[in-house]
Amino acid sequence: MAAVTADQKTQSTSGTAKATGTVAGTAGDPADAARLAAFDAAVAADDRIEPRDWMPEAYRATLVRQMAQHAHSEIIGMQPEANWITRAPSLRRKAILMAKVQDEAGHGLYLYSAAETLGTSREELLDKLHAGRQRYSSIFNYPTLTWADVGAIGWLVDGAAITNQVPLCRCSYGPYARAMVRICKEESFHQRQGYELLLALSRGTEAQHAMAQDAVDRWWWPSLMMFGPPDDASSHSEQSMAWKIKRHSNDELRQRFVDICVPQAEALGLTLPDPDIRWNEERGQHDFGAIDWTEFQEVLKGNGPCNEQRITQRRKAHEEGAWVRDAAAAYAAKHTTPPVQQTQHAQQAPHVEETA
Amino acid sequence: MSSSTDWPLWEVFVRSRRGLSHTHAGSLHAPDAEMALRNARDLYTRRSEGVSIWVVPSTQITASSPDEKDSFFEPAGDKPYRHPTFYEIPDGVKHL
Repeated sequence: MAAVTADQKTQSTSGTAKATGTVAGTAGDPADAARLAAFDAAVAADDRIEPRDWMPEAYRATLVRQMAQHAHSEIIGMQPEANWITRAPSLRRKAILMAKVQDEAGHGLYLYSAAETLGTSREELLDKLHAGRQRYSSIFNYPTLTWADVGAIGWLVDGAAITNQVPLCRCSYGPYARAMVRICKEESFHQRQGYELLLALSRGTEAQHAMAQDAVDRWWWPSLMMFGPPDDASSHSEQSMAWKIKRHSNDELRQRFVDICVPQAEALGLTLPDPDIRWNEERGQHDFGAIDWTEFQEVLKGNGPCNEQRITQRRKAHEEGAWVRDAAAAYAAKHTTPPVQQTQHAQQAPHVEETA
Repeated sequence: MSSSTDWPLWEVFVRSRRGLSHTHAGSLHAPDAEMALRNARDLYTRRSEGVSIWVVPSTQITASSPDEKDSFFEPAGDKPYRHPTFYEIPDGVKHL
């Protein structure tokens, strides 16, 4: 057994050099065929795949794409809510909102570091986000027009995210699943603060109630779109389900979310903007109206209300933060062993002897 | 011939099964990383306690100071609103 310093080091080479082309089973190398069989058996047995395990290149690429999009969504998602921090109606609400936006940054970091176990780097992923080559959730391209939007985002957007993310805690890739466990625990606060905020408005003055209703009216449909295209039009779903990256189809999760939200809306004293929502005794689920997928496609293409604003703000924040990163690196360089070099030298004999 | 007490100390982390994080199991002395790994296997996984091991030179670990415990972790102490239980939700509302 070879000694290695960390997961991140070895997997990138083993993955890219050896795995190419084996997915379809066309590669001639019998060693690769054996590795693929071991991988398939592990997935079938509901075992987790860990960073140093061999994995098909397409599995790795799918995870990088999904985890990057997920991480990007967390940090872009800071913007619509941060918009209201300076105008929160009380110190209590302001402290809560700051804590929530801070959590979103934290969630982004958990996911970027989990993605780095696949041999990519955070810098590379951020570059792709800034260049528009990787996506974030379409939901964050909608504006937060009133204070009630902060509540609607917590209840509906975070609620939809939780519905999506709970099954991801059992995702076949270990580091992603572990990041999701941590995130889901923290999301519960996000959703509850949103619900509590909406409830306060709904039970407030007539104008406050109307503001809460307006926010729910605007966020309901985009929240349903967060589950992605319908199953028959979802290009990645089938393979992701086979690999147990996904555990439920888009439509299943969307249905689950609707069923959860209907009684919650009633308890809020608010309505959902869909006249077709009604309980279907036969199915034991709610029927609901057709989603406007043209709108979804337009937002994905970049034509949503805030696409341009979000990515411009992200790039600006990154560029304006450059001096902080430079200063930290300059400070570290002045000290004897910069942290980056420490890990590289960890295995070398001269360094080890210093510790004796 | 140098005595074994000159060997550096290594911290040992064991993943008990796939899907779980490596957790700290203890430490040992070894002359190099390869030996540390083998010794860790013999010392900490004799009863199949693990499926993966990390060894890290103890000197490479930067730890927070016990003396600073209060001031270091205090900032999280007065923020109960980071917990879901801080929020009042009407009885009977499910899945929140």
